Amino acid sequence: MQLSKLRLGLALSLAALFSWGCGGGEPSTVAMKTPPPDAKRVDESVAGIVGGRVTYEGAVPENAPINLESDPACVRQNPNGLKLDTFLVNNGGLDNVFVYVKDGLGNYYFDAPATPVTLDQKGCNYSPHVFGVRTGQSLEIVNSDPTLHNVNAMAHVNQSFNLAQAIQGMKNAKVFTAPEVMVRIKCDVHSWMTAYAGVLSHPYFAVTASGGTFELKNLPAGTYTIEAWHEKLGTQAQSVTLAAKETKNISFSFKVTAP
Amino acid sequence: MITLHRFIKFVVASTVLLIAAGGMVTSTDSGLAVPDWPNTYGQFMFSFPLEKMVGGIFYEHGHRMIASTVGFLTIILAVWTWKADPRRWVRWLGVTALGAVILQGLLGGITVLLLLPAPVSIGHAGLAQLFFCLTISLALVTSPGWTKAQTAVDDPTLRCVAVATTAMVYFQIILGATMRHIEAGMAIPDFPFAFGHLVPPFWNAGVAVHFAHRVGAILVTAAILATAGHVWFHHRTRRELVRPATLLALLVMTQVTLGAFVIWSGLQPIINTAHVVNGALVLATSLVLTLRSYRCGFSEVTAAPAARARREVAARERATALSRRERDARTAALGGGDPSAVGLVGPREHQEKLTSKPRTSSVLH
Repeated sequence: MQLSKLRLGLALSLAALFSWGCGGGEPSTVAMKTPPPDAKRVDESVAGIVGGRVTYEGAVPENAPINLESDPACVRQNPNGLKLDTFLVNNGGLDNVFVYVKDGLGNYYFDAPATPVTLDQKGCNYSPHVFGVRTGQSLEIVNSDPTLHNVNAMAHVNQSFNLAQAIQGMKNAKVFTAPEVMVRIKCDVHSWMTAYAGVLSHPYFAVTASGGTFELKNLPAGTYTIEAWHEKLGTQAQSVTLAAKETKNISFSFKVTAP
Repeated sequence: MITLHRFIKFVVASTVLLIAAGGMVTSTDSGLAVPDWPNTYGQFMFSFPLEKMVGGIFYEHGHRMIASTVGFLTIILAVWTWKADPRRWVRWLGVTALGAVILQGLLGGITVLLLLPAPVSIGHAGLAQLFFCLTISLALVTSPGWTKAQTAVDDPTLRCVAVATTAMVYFQIILGATMRHIEAGMAIPDFPFAFGHLVPPFWNAGVAVHFAHRVGAILVTAAILATAGHVWFHHRTRRELVRPATLLALLVMTQVTLGAFVIWSGLQPIINTAHVVNGALVLATSLVLTLRSYRCGFSEVTAAPAARARREVAARERATALSRRERDARTAALGGGDPSAVGLVGPREHQEKLTSKPRTSSVLH
C-alpha cells in the first residue's frame, strides 16, 4: 500500500515536471476571433494601391560562402556550394525586404486566411528566406531534406517554439497569435539557416523580389506609415496618404552605414 | 584507497572534458540543436545513430553523452567512497557530488525544454563548476599527500586570502556565464579598451555585465597574485602550497590572455571554450590551495593533533619569552644594549623577535 502510494506520487511528480517542461507550445490551430463591434471591413471597389521599389546604393557586400561540411547531406545537395542570401541586388533593386503597413489602419478588421503559409527546408536552406504570415493563419513547416533539422522560432511577443524534424517529408503546423515584425527562425543544427517571419493582423505586406519591387493592394483611403525592413540594413519608414482608388509609388533606398 | 583516488582523478578528467563539451555547445550556439529531452529526435539517447550527429547535434548530443558517462561514473564514485573511506564527511561528500550531478542533468534538460532561459542556463553553468569543485575536493582528500600528511601549515592569513580568492574566482565565472547566456560576449567589441575608452561611453545591460567581467578579471588577478605572493614569501619550503600557488598564477595569466583573444577573434568557438575550461582550472587550483591551507584542522583525525601542536608551539614561545626576559635582565646588569650584540640571542631568535612568522603545526595523522 505504502509502495503503491510512493509510486503514484513519483508518477505524478514526473508527469508534472514533464508537462511543465514540455508545455507552452502553441496550439496548431486557434479559435477564430470574433471581430469587435466597431470593426470596419475594407470596400475593395474603392481601395487603392501603394507600390514601389527598394533600391541599394553603393558597392554590394559579398554574401559569405557557407561551410557545409558539418553535414555531408548538405554537401551532397549543394555540389556548387552555397552562399548566404543576405544581400540580393538585381539592377540596383534590393530583394528580401519586408515592406508593410506599420500604422494607420485604425479599426479595420481582417479574417485570417484559411490557406497556410509554407516554410520549406530544402537544400539545407529556408525557402522563403523572408516571408509574411497573418495572425491566426497556419504556418506549415516542411522538411524536404534527407537530414535532420530543428526549427527554432525566437519570438519576443509570440510564443517561441523549437521543433524537431528528423525525417524527410515531416510537417508541422504552427500559428502566431500576435503581430510581430520580425520573428527570427533558425536551425541550430545548421547554423547558417535563418528565416524571418513578419507576423501581421492585416494583409498589407510584401517581400521585395525581381529587383526590389513590391505592391500593397486593396488598401483603403487613408494616411499610413509604410516601413521597409532588411535583416542587416535595418528599417526605413515613410508616411503615405492614399485617396480612394489611387495608385501611389514610393521608394526606399538602403546603403551600408559605416560601422 | 589509492585505487579510489585514481578513479576519482579519472572522474575529474572526465568532468574537464564535460565542461569543454558544454563550452563548445554554447560557443557554437548549438544548445537547441536537439529540441527534445531526455530523448534525441524522438529516439532513446543511447541508440541515436552516430551518422546523424551532424552540425550542432554533434555538440549538443555529444555533451549529453559525456554528461551521462560522468553521471554514471559519479554513481560509482559515491558508492565506492561510501564503502571504502572511513571518514564520514568524505562519504557524504561523494553523495553530495552524486546529488549535484543529478540536479545538473535535470537543469540541462529543463533549460533545453524551456528554450534556454538565461537564469536556468546560468544556473547550469554555475552548478557545473560546483560539481567540478566537489570532484576536485574528493580527489584531494583521498590523495596520499592528504591522508599521510605529517605536518600542515596553520596560517590564518593564508586561509583568509585563499578563501576570498576562491570565492572571487567563482563569482567571476558566474559573471562570465551570465555574459555568455545573455549574448553579451561582444557587447564591448574591442580590447583592452572599451569602445576606445577606459570606461564604456554608453551603457546597457550587456555592456554592464561585460565590463563587470573585465573589472572582475583585474580584481581576481590581483587576489591570486596576492595569495600566491603570500605563499611564496611565507611558505616557500611547503611544496604542497607553492605548487598550486605557482600554477594558479600561471593559469590566471593564461586566462587573461585567452580572454583577450576571445574578443580579438570575435568569439571563435575553440578559443571561447579554452577560456571556459581554463577558468574552471583556475577555480580548481584555487580550491586546492584553500583546502590545503585548512589542512591542519580539517577533520576529527587531524584536529586534535593540530590543536595540540598549536599548544606546544605556544608553550615554546612562552618559554622563549621567559628566557629572553632572564637574558634581558642579565644584559641590563652588564650595562644594557642589544642582547644579540653580545651574543646572548641567536640570529634565528633575533629574527623571530623582529618578524611575526606564520606557524607550522605538526600533524600526526
